[in-house]
Amino acid sequence: MLILENINLAVNNNGESKEILRDINISFDPNKFYAITGPNGGGKTSIAKIIMGIYKPTTGSIYLNNENITDLEVSDRAEKGIAYAFQQPPRFKGLTVEDLLKIAQPDIDILTMRKTIRDVGLCPEEYLQRDLGPALSGGEMKRIEIAQILARNTGVSIFDEPEAGVDLWTIQRLIFTIMQNFKARKNSIAIVITHNENVLPMCDEVVVVEEGKIVAIGKPDEIWPLIREDIECKQRIDCQGDMQYETQ
Amino acid sequence: MKLNNVDRDLLNSIIGLKQVPQGAINIRKDGEAVIRNSSPNITITTFPDKPGIIVDVKPGTKNESVHVPVLLTSSGFNDQVYNTFIVGEDADVTIIAGCGIHNDSHADSAHNGTHEIIVKKGAHMKYLERHYGEGTGKGKRTFNPTTVIRVEENATAELEMVQLEGVDDTMRTTTAYVDKKGNLTVMERLLTHGDQKAESDIRIYIEGQGGTAQIISRSVAKDFSEQVFKAAMVGETECHGHVECDAIIMGNARVVAIPELIAESADAVLTHEAAIGKIAGEQLIKLMSLGLNETEAINTILEGFLR
Repeated sequence: MLILENINLAVNNNGESKEILRDINISFDPNKFYAITGPNGGGKTSIAKIIMGIYKPTTGSIYLNNENITDLEVSDRAEKGIAYAFQQPPRFKGLTVEDLLKIAQPDIDILTMRKTIRDVGLCPEEYLQRDLGPALSGGEMKRIEIAQILARNTGVSIFDEPEAGVDLWTIQRLIFTIMQNFKARKNSIAIVITHNENVLPMCDEVVVVEEGKIVAIGKPDEIWPLIREDIECKQRIDCQGDMQYETQ
Repeated sequence: MKLNNVDRDLLNSIIGLKQVPQGAINIRKDGEAVIRNSSPNITITTFPDKPGIIVDVKPGTKNESVHVPVLLTSSGFNDQVYNTFIVGEDADVTIIAGCGIHNDSHADSAHNGTHEIIVKKGAHMKYLERHYGEGTGKGKRTFNPTTVIRVEENATAELEMVQLEGVDDTMRTTTAYVDKKGNLTVMERLLTHGDQKAESDIRIYIEGQGGTAQIISRSVAKDFSEQVFKAAMVGETECHGHVECDAIIMGNARVVAIPELIAESADAVLTHEAAIGKIAGEQLIKLMSLGLNETEAINTILEGFLR
C-alpha cells in the first residue's frame, strides 16, 4: 500500500511562496489500477513526482508498505519498487533503447526486451539499437519510456500522460498493454495520469485533482457525472476552435 | 622483439589487443620499428630520408586491416614521425592507428605524428586513431597529431579520432580535401580532466561537385581542463557539408567551439549545430528513477555521449 499523508508542496515563485499541492491525503491499494485526472496545472504530475521523490514535500509523509519513505532519494525509491514514466522523457545522445532497457532491468534477456518493445507498438529489429537522441519523435520516445517501466516489473508504476504525443489509433492498445502488465503482477499498484476520458472506465479508481487538491475519489461511474460537464465543455471549445478556423 | 607488460597494456588501450595481431602491422616504440609485417595486399616500407612508413594498399583489396600503433615508454622522449597511407582504387580497408605514452618520470614525453592519407577513386577507408596516456610521473604526456587526407572521386573515408584518458596537452590539426562525389566523415571524441588542454583544428575543403562531408565532435571537459574546437567546412562547388559539435562541461572547465562555414559557390549547402552545456538535471533524475545513484547516472551519460 502507498499512502500520501497530509502532503503539501510549495515552491518559491519570484520570492513568493506558491502552493502546488494542498492537503493531499490518499491511499493507493495493491491490485488496483488508478487514474489521476483533472485540469492542466492542477497538480497531477506534482503528485507523481512527490511519490517518485523528484519533489520533496514541504510537509507531510509518504509510506510504502508501512515504511516511511519521505526522506528517501529518487534512486532509493526506485530500489524500493517505485517507477515513473515521465510525461516528457529526456533524450540521451549515444545511449540506445537497449542500453536504457538494461539500466531499467539489468537482468532482462533479449527475448523479453524484444517483447517489451513489441508490446508498446515498436519493431524491436528497428528500435533496439536506435540512439535516444533527437532523431526519435516525441511519440517514439513516449513508447520507449513506457517500455522501460513495463520492463521493470515494479510494485508501483506511474505513467504520466501515456497518451501524450502518441497517435490516436494506438492509445487504447497502449493502455491495454499497461493494464495487462499490471494484472500480471500481484500486489502491484498502477497509476495513470490522463486527460483521456476513454481511459477512465478501464480503471478501478479515479482521482480528480484540481488547484492542488484532491476534489474527488471514486469508481469511474461515480466520478464520471462529476467531470463529464467539464470534459464536454472542453470538447465544445475544441470544436468551436475548429469551426472558427475553417471559416477564416 | 618481444613486447613487455607495459607495452602490452598500452597496446590494449590504444588498439584493444594485448597480442600482436595478424596481417599488416607496424609497431613503433620509442622511435624505432619493433615489429613490421606486410601482407600480400598491404605493403609497409620506410621513407629513405625521414622517420616513418609508407603503407600501400593494393587496388581492389577488400575487408583487410592494417595496424600501426606507436608506443612511447622512454621518459622525456620526443617522437617525430611521418606516415603516408595510400588506399588503392576500389579497396576497402580499416587502418588502426593510435599512440600510447607511458611516463613515470618528471620529464615530458611527446608524440608528433603527421599522417598523410590518400583514398583513391572508389575506395573506402575507415581510420581509427586512439590516443592514451598513463604513468605515475609528473612529466607531461603530449600529442600533436597532424592529418592531411584527400578523398578522391567516389571514395568514402571515415576518420574516428578518440582521446579519453591521460593526455595532458594536445594540438590536433586535420586538413581534408574531398573530390567529386567523395564522402568524408570526421568524428572526434574527447575527454579532458584535471588541468589538461586540448585543441583541435579541422578544415575540410569540398572541392568536387557532389562531394559531401561532415564533422562530428563530442567532448566532455571536467575539472579545470580547457578545450578549443575549431571546425571549418569550405564548399567550393555544389556540395553538402555539416558540422556538429556537442560538448558537456563540468566543474570549472572551459570549452570554446568555433564552427565556421565558408561557401564559395551558390550551390554549396553547409550547415552547423553547436551546443555546450552541463548534464541536464532531467537526464540525471531519469536514470536515478531507474535505480542508478548520481555518480552512476553521470558516468552512464558520459560513457554514452562519448561512445
